[in-house]
Amino acid sequence: MAADNILLEIDDIHTFIGQFHILEGVSLRVRRGSIHVMLGRNGAGKTTTLRSVLGMYQVTQGRIRLDGVDLIGKRPFQIAQMGIGYVPEHRAIFHELSVRENLQIAARQRDDLDRRADFIFELFPDLKRLYHLSGGNLSGGQQQMLAVARALVPENRLLLIDEPSEGLAPVIIEMLMAAITRLSAQTTVLLVEQNFRVASQLAQEYTIVDEGHTVAHGQMADLVQDDALIHKYLGVA
Amino acid sequence: MAENVRNTALVVAGLVFGLLGFSFVTTVILSDGDLGSFGITVMSGLFQGMILFLVASGLSIVFGLMDVLNLAQGAFFTIGAYVAWTLHHADELEAIPPDLRFVIAVSTAILVGALMGIFLERVLLRPLYERPIFQIVLTFGVGIIIGEIAKFIWGTTAYAWVEPFTLAEGSFRLFDQQFSVYRVFVIVVGFLLILAIALLLQRTRIGIIIRAGVEDSEMVEALGVNVRLVFTAVFTLGCAVAALGGAVAAPFLGASLGIGQQFLLGAIAVVVLGGLGSYEGTAIGSILVGLAIAVVAQFSLEFLNQTVWQSITPMLLLVFVLLLKPSGLFGKER
Repeated sequence: MAADNILLEIDDIHTFIGQFHILEGVSLRVRRGSIHVMLGRNGAGKTTTLRSVLGMYQVTQGRIRLDGVDLIGKRPFQIAQMGIGYVPEHRAIFHELSVRENLQIAARQRDDLDRRADFIFELFPDLKRLYHLSGGNLSGGQQQMLAVARALVPENRLLLIDEPSEGLAPVIIEMLMAAITRLSAQTTVLLVEQNFRVASQLAQEYTIVDEGHTVAHGQMADLVQDDALIHKYLGVA
Repeated sequence: MAENVRNTALVVAGLVFGLLGFSFVTTVILSDGDLGSFGITVMSGLFQGMILFLVASGLSIVFGLMDVLNLAQGAFFTIGAYVAWTLHHADELEAIPPDLRFVIAVSTAILVGALMGIFLERVLLRPLYERPIFQIVLTFGVGIIIGEIAKFIWGTTAYAWVEPFTLAEGSFRLFDQQFSVYRVFVIVVGFLLILAIALLLQRTRIGIIIRAGVEDSEMVEALGVNVRLVFTAVFTLGCAVAALGGAVAAPFLGASLGIGQQFLLGAIAVVVLGGLGSYEGTAIGSILVGLAIAVVAQFSLEFLNQTVWQSITPMLLLVFVLLLKPSGLFGKER
């Protein structure tokens, strides 16, 4: 992989949450313009890796670079301003704010929302209809759309998307998959996904994390052929 | 959700009409149709409610956003009262017309409150953001230290506001009773501030950030917002508004050491009764508690010949509301 083609480089990071050593050597490289999926069982360290990239957890060892710029030691808002959008697990949309306000708060320039509104509503037409409704009144699928849309308001270079399909109906998952595929034409995506079918259809590359370590990585097309690896680390037959 | 809103509206309406009805019955019916006494009770209730709001609004927004219960809020009120009193009565400023001197006194009190707030948040509270219990102890300690500094500067004597200015001297007659223009002024200032803060929260970007931060400040930061800067701004605003409260209360209540603590207890009752972190709850709760204090004061003075009941009224009302709505009038399950 040519170094200049790498947008995000995570090199042997170690992260503690309280006294617990959660990440004990996670490494991965996300190619510019790709969808890269992080796979692994519950508790393997996938979400912790995303939150470490964003500076929400302190990394005690290793290196994280975005386009060659070191992220470690920066505060989450500074990292986000460097062009990283985050769609957290369980969405974390603001229930008391309207859909419009949920989008407005993500704008970094005054005209961000105006500029991106057409693209966002093309991806998620429902949000236009629900624009003035409060986030708490949306269904789970609509909240997930809003969480993704919120990350699209500024022109981010990288999107970190955590478990987008969790708890959603199949039809909504299909819609989200189509949206993520479309938005990947504009931005790079690092995805955490438990649903292997969704992951394998979306991503070009993968990294498997197990017990806080990177244990495998490569092309998704190769992984779908490797039943032994899938069974060993993902428990999928 | 609609049912919850309806229940809250019913409780608020019930309390307001209950209090006003009780006051009306005790003053107008039992006191030979004296509408003036009823008017004074309402005016006094709104006045106390607005003063309470000036202490409680900062307490509520800061708690909602930062999870910090600022027990020094009463001390900022005290400092506001002392600073305003001192400047208005300063011999060095005698050449300045009294009305302008009052404006300067109040503005300076707000500025002093804001500067002290910035210092408290940036220097003392910031290192303790991960330790909520320490923050409470710290703000409690800071409140005591500010009180001691006030004692050192102004002594233990209570200062009455003796230097007149136009608003404080004015009065008007209604139902055969004399009403102070200054009370109306404080009530108007309070309502304008309720409106201004509501507009700030609803119509501006900083307001959206504050409301979102009350729900999930970590996510707000992940969107690229410098939340610590917002914390500083909100904490400063809370302290400045408390100092404004002390400054506008001083012409009526004077400046004394215990004045802030006296309102802090009521303000804590307001914040819990209104629903922790809820701005509308704080605004409505302040008016309710103010009215309740005034009604109970009027009733107990007139019929029981004692004043003890009014000091425990905020707590009694708090218990009553929490029995009906355990999370407060506008509170969410936390």
